[in-house]
Amino acid sequence: MAQYLVLIYGDPTYEAGDDDTVMKGHMKFGEDHGAKIAGGHALQPVSTATSVRPDGAGFSVTDGPFLETKEALGGYYLIEAADLDEAISISKDIPMPVGGVEIRPVVVFD
Amino acid sequence: MPIDGSTVLEDAHRREWAAVLAATVRVTRDLDLAEECVQDAFEKALLTWGDAPPANPGAWLTTAARNRALDLRRREATLRTKLPLLVMDEQDPQGPFPDDRLRLLFTCCHPAIAPDAQVALALRLLCGLSTAEVARAFLVSEPTMAARITRAKKKIAHARIPYRVPATEDLPGRLDAVLAAIHLLFTTGHSAPVGDQLVRHDLVGRALDLTQMLRTLLPGPEVLGLEALIVLTDARRATRVDDDGRLLLLEHQDRARWDREQIERGRALVKAALTADPGRYALQAAIAAVHAEAPSYEETDWREIVGLYDLLARRWPSPVVRLNRAVAVGMVAGPQAGLDSLSALSEEPTLATYSYLAVARAHFLQELGRSAEARAAYEEALLLTENTVERRFLSERLSDLEAADEGYGNERGDPDHRPERGVPVGGAEEAAAEAHGPSDEQRTEDDPQAT
Repeated sequence: MAQYLVLIYGDPTYEAGDDDTVMKGHMKFGEDHGAKIAGGHALQPVSTATSVRPDGAGFSVTDGPFLETKEALGGYYLIEAADLDEAISISKDIPMPVGGVEIRPVVVFD
Repeated sequence: MPIDGSTVLEDAHRREWAAVLAATVRVTRDLDLAEECVQDAFEKALLTWGDAPPANPGAWLTTAARNRALDLRRREATLRTKLPLLVMDEQDPQGPFPDDRLRLLFTCCHPAIAPDAQVALALRLLCGLSTAEVARAFLVSEPTMAARITRAKKKIAHARIPYRVPATEDLPGRLDAVLAAIHLLFTTGHSAPVGDQLVRHDLVGRALDLTQMLRTLLPGPEVLGLEALIVLTDARRATRVDDDGRLLLLEHQDRARWDREQIERGRALVKAALTADPGRYALQAAIAAVHAEAPSYEETDWREIVGLYDLLARRWPSPVVRLNRAVAVGMVAGPQAGLDSLSALSEEPTLATYSYLAVARAHFLQELGRSAEARAAYEEALLLTENTVERRFLSERLSDLEAADEGYGNERGDPDHRPERGVPVGGAEEAAAEAHGPSDEQRTEDDPQAT
């Protein structure tokens, strides 16, 4: 069993509660895959994001997400799956009216 | 007469590599380690077979490689690999897919791996090509290819891409990815995007090997369709360039030299592949079959070809399919109709760097006697082509046009003048099977199952 971080990318103007069907979709996802979900949260809109990058002497702190894309990171799940195929299969049940998800295996340090 | 051990060994390398490696991966659960063991087994064979190779070379090699793997595994503490072990089902391979080669193929062609890396992995792991050979096939440096293959192997291990034939509900989509990888290998060989040779027979042969292997392991209409497409397109191999290495279009190829035996085999495959709801490779193979059956270019059943492209475009509406359809329309309804069909494609971003669009436009303009515009279109195509043979073809068309213009002293040329040498309809028409260039985007775009 491995852990995968599933990053949900979608409409940057979307705010939690805007669309009831999405909310219901997440509730259903939680019920269907409860045993496989190790964590997860919705994020405040991308307009609240701050990026910190080293700039040689110190750090530069800028307003905005790390990567500018048409879709914005809106939330995440941490899921448990046996392999990538299972992680993909579970992720397909996440509501994503626009955008999509990125699946990242979580490193295990022995 | 003594049996030549080295010939048997070469033959075994080509035929058995995939099976030996796939069986060894089951023991090592590590691709690099398995490759090393198989390599050792072949080296041992080279030293010991001599004039008396074993009756069943594949079984001998598998045993040798697996023993080597078991041996290494016993000393696992010192030889532990850096990568996590491959995810695989513990029980012995039984059920509907007992052959490990199929697992290896689905692992290499997992959609989570970039298409060019899928093909590189398949050549390396299933065809047994060395990294240097794979690098040569793609005309990149060996370190570049080594890095690409290493990256893909790391992705398999770290993301836990399983060594498994996908579940029934995922199988159609995953099979599409495997077929697309083999098709990409074939198109790279059939019309090399860059380099001095138009056709790389070695790659076409490998694509055919993989398709035939897939047919034995997992027969189905689309597998037959892809095999038919490769067989029928490759049947024209002897005639695609002339004795001086010049590109010859479908129109000017000596049809008597097409491989009849291969065409018959291809036609039988098409027949089996064309179901009530034909797939994309079956349809493309059917188009290739119409060409193969035509006694001449003019007597080709172009209406049938337009109809087949319509079917193809309905479900897989790629710009390349629309381009090929436009060319066929021109053959049915004349150059103006062809040009009109092409004009709808000029805004298509994926075709912006696709030389066949400019070539097809040049052809129709030339037919209409609009030679200044035709020249401009050939010049545009030249800018977009990196294959030496194709560049030479285009340069010659261009100088023919210039010579004709000077001869007639007329910028627009003589509308009745028929150019002596070829017009490149064949080039665009052949793109039906080729479609390199936009093929990478296309396969993801067109694949509704892409995950």
